[in-house]
Amino acid sequence: MDKEYVGFAALPNQLHRKSVKKGFDFTLMVAGESGLGKSTLINSLFLTNLYEDRQMPEASARLTQTLTIERRGVEIEEGGVKVKLTLVDTPGFGDSVDCSDCWLPVVHFIEEQFEQYLRDESGLNRKNIQDSRVHCCLYFVSPFGRGLRPLDVAFLRAVHEKVNIIPVIGKADALMPKETQALKQKIRDQLKEEEINIYQFPECDSDEDEDFKRQDAEMKESIPFAVVGSCEVVKDGGSRPVRGRRYTWGTVEVENPQHCDFLNLRRMLVQTHLQDLKEVTHDLLYEGYRARCLQSLARPGARDRASRSKLSRQSATEIPLPMLPLAETEKLIREKDEELRRMQEMLEKMQAQMQQSRAQDEESDAL
Amino acid sequence: MAVAVGRPSNEELRNLSLSGHVGFDSLPDQLVNKSTSQGFCFNILCVGETGIGKSTLMDTLFNTKFESDPATHNEPGVRLKARSYELQESNVRLKLTIVDTVGFGDQINKDDSYKPIVEYIDAQFEAYLQEELKIKRSLFNYHDTRIHACLYFIAPTGHSLKSLDLVTMKKLDSKVNIIPIIAKADTIAKNELHKFKSKIMSELVSNGVQIYQFPTDEETVAEINATMSVHLPFAVVGSTEEVKIGNKMAKARQYPWGVVQVENENHCDFVKLREMLIRVNMEDLREQTHTRHYELYRRCKLEEMGFKDTDPDSKPFSLQETYEAKRNEFLGELQKKEEEMRQMFVMRVKEKEAELKEAEKELHEKFDLLKRTHQDEKKKVEDKKKELEEEVNNFQKKKAAAQLLQSQAQQAGAQQTKKDKDKKNSPWLCTE
Repeated sequence: MDKEYVGFAALPNQLHRKSVKKGFDFTLMVAGESGLGKSTLINSLFLTNLYEDRQMPEASARLTQTLTIERRGVEIEEGGVKVKLTLVDTPGFGDSVDCSDCWLPVVHFIEEQFEQYLRDESGLNRKNIQDSRVHCCLYFVSPFGRGLRPLDVAFLRAVHEKVNIIPVIGKADALMPKETQALKQKIRDQLKEEEINIYQFPECDSDEDEDFKRQDAEMKESIPFAVVGSCEVVKDGGSRPVRGRRYTWGTVEVENPQHCDFLNLRRMLVQTHLQDLKEVTHDLLYEGYRARCLQSLARPGARDRASRSKLSRQSATEIPLPMLPLAETEKLIREKDEELRRMQEMLEKMQAQMQQSRAQDEESDAL
Repeated sequence: MAVAVGRPSNEELRNLSLSGHVGFDSLPDQLVNKSTSQGFCFNILCVGETGIGKSTLMDTLFNTKFESDPATHNEPGVRLKARSYELQESNVRLKLTIVDTVGFGDQINKDDSYKPIVEYIDAQFEAYLQEELKIKRSLFNYHDTRIHACLYFIAPTGHSLKSLDLVTMKKLDSKVNIIPIIAKADTIAKNELHKFKSKIMSELVSNGVQIYQFPTDEETVAEINATMSVHLPFAVVGSTEEVKIGNKMAKARQYPWGVVQVENENHCDFVKLREMLIRVNMEDLREQTHTRHYELYRRCKLEEMGFKDTDPDSKPFSLQETYEAKRNEFLGELQKKEEEMRQMFVMRVKEKEAELKEAEKELHEKFDLLKRTHQDEKKKVEDKKKELEEEVNNFQKKKAAAQLLQSQAQQAGAQQTKKDKDKKNSPWLCTE
């Protein structure tokens, strides 16, 4: 008998329509020292001038500058698909002479977003949850050094379990091709050595065509991406206007795969893996945060305290979510409890010993 | 080193004209010949972050391969590495020392980064000062290790100086001739370069950083120095690799989009740096180091030690008198210290004696106590022993008594059985 046509093959189309209607939102964080071309790259990536008329502070002003978090939101549209893009910038990172703990505001910011989402998710009215969690962090490494610096390692260590990290080599037109390869390899080795988890591209399905697989493999091999950004349009030799940087000795074309990995980055970030980044953030990183948070809430000491507190009385919207510092005090209390128990045991042992020795003395006296 | 001798101003010098050729116009040549036979000495300090191109630039400047191991970013602090080389060009010998800052800019906390550099520079000045103050000195033979030029490598961010650059240059500008250069300048496009350079210069000026001024007082070099100064800071590119350009090999960096030639003045300022640093102003750099920076150091150091040029009556001090005064002061202090130490020593000895006496007393008391307890115990043991003996005796007695009873009982028993036996036997006899 002929298989009759049921019609659920149209599901993907329905999904497509719905998602177009809903629109997408994406939060991208850029981090790295000043002067590595972050803003120019963002402008090139999204072909829009997000950073207009920026005022760069003087060196003397940056001597003791602390890191600030800046958020810029923009709505861009292409082919009927709307994207609400939020850019999180970290000006001041690595600027001052003493950069100790300068990454803490960033960590705090990322966790704040998670906390906000946790609150919203646990609330009663969940209709309009705004997802402000950071989905991806582009970390810019300097091309002028010999790999990751201690500050880079410290920052990546602090955030790698909390956000998808994509390392990027900025201003890659400072490197000749073999220097680029050497630097990439060095960074990969350092990341492995320091056990930093960067964003892992998912394996492509076995039924994808060869071309796609090849592209995918190429892309994975070129991490960290060596990028060049430009907002200028120049005419190359073939009189075709391209985005590039014009030097006396030649012109670097931003979208030329022989010159830099810009195309790969754009393809990965925008065309193929944007949704995956969001999913990993939600399924892996956010769940990890949530588990850690609630676990510390469910500790024995904390449970008593929590039950004694408003948890039972009030509605779920006002769960006193433990801030991470509270988890620290819980840990301290637990440790102290254990110590007390240990000391008690020791005391009992000593008492038993004393009794034993006393009995022995009496025996010897009796003889 | 030529020293300027001040002339008393009230003496009028008459200008005489010569009627023939005397020949003292060969004086400069004599000087040159002498210096050439002695050889020259030049010390460069390179300050810049790891990987910025210090070693490559030195190789390019002096057209040779100075061997060095590239440093990693994991240095815990800044340290200075000095290497000396002997170079020769035509008949001129140069003793070149290159000092590198290893680990500069790598630490997370860079507050103390400038300190090792300042200490090194001061140490070289100190060594020279010590040599100068010696009684038997050999300055003409002395290997001058003072830094003549400091090349400060600025990272090509395109914005401005980094805060570390500002702090470090301010600490160094009164101690050494600073020549700021923009490293890896092939990252900066032409239109951005001009803006970057003027931003850097204005930041240096507004923060009062004194960089080395190319001398414009001497007419032969004034023009070239003036034109070159406009291009400060020099944007340089270094390379030891050669690429074929046209039909020649030239030092260059080959990119997919073009080739940057190191010695092409349209591409970078390397040629200008080489001119300024080596070909035109090397001797002036050495002179400035000696007459300005070293003199400043010497003055500060000697003032610290208490030397003055004029005493309160405005009569010039002779160094000798000051020395004598200082020496006596020093000896007096030494004696005072000796006295103090001696007194302290005596006091300590007394204290120790007292302590020891106390300890001795305590020990005696303990000994007595122990002895008494020992005696008590001994008595107790003896008492117990006596008791034990008594009990043993009692026991023996009881035993003896018991044995006696037993033997009596046995005897009685034996008699009884004998009677029983007889009784047993007799009935047999009776019945018959």
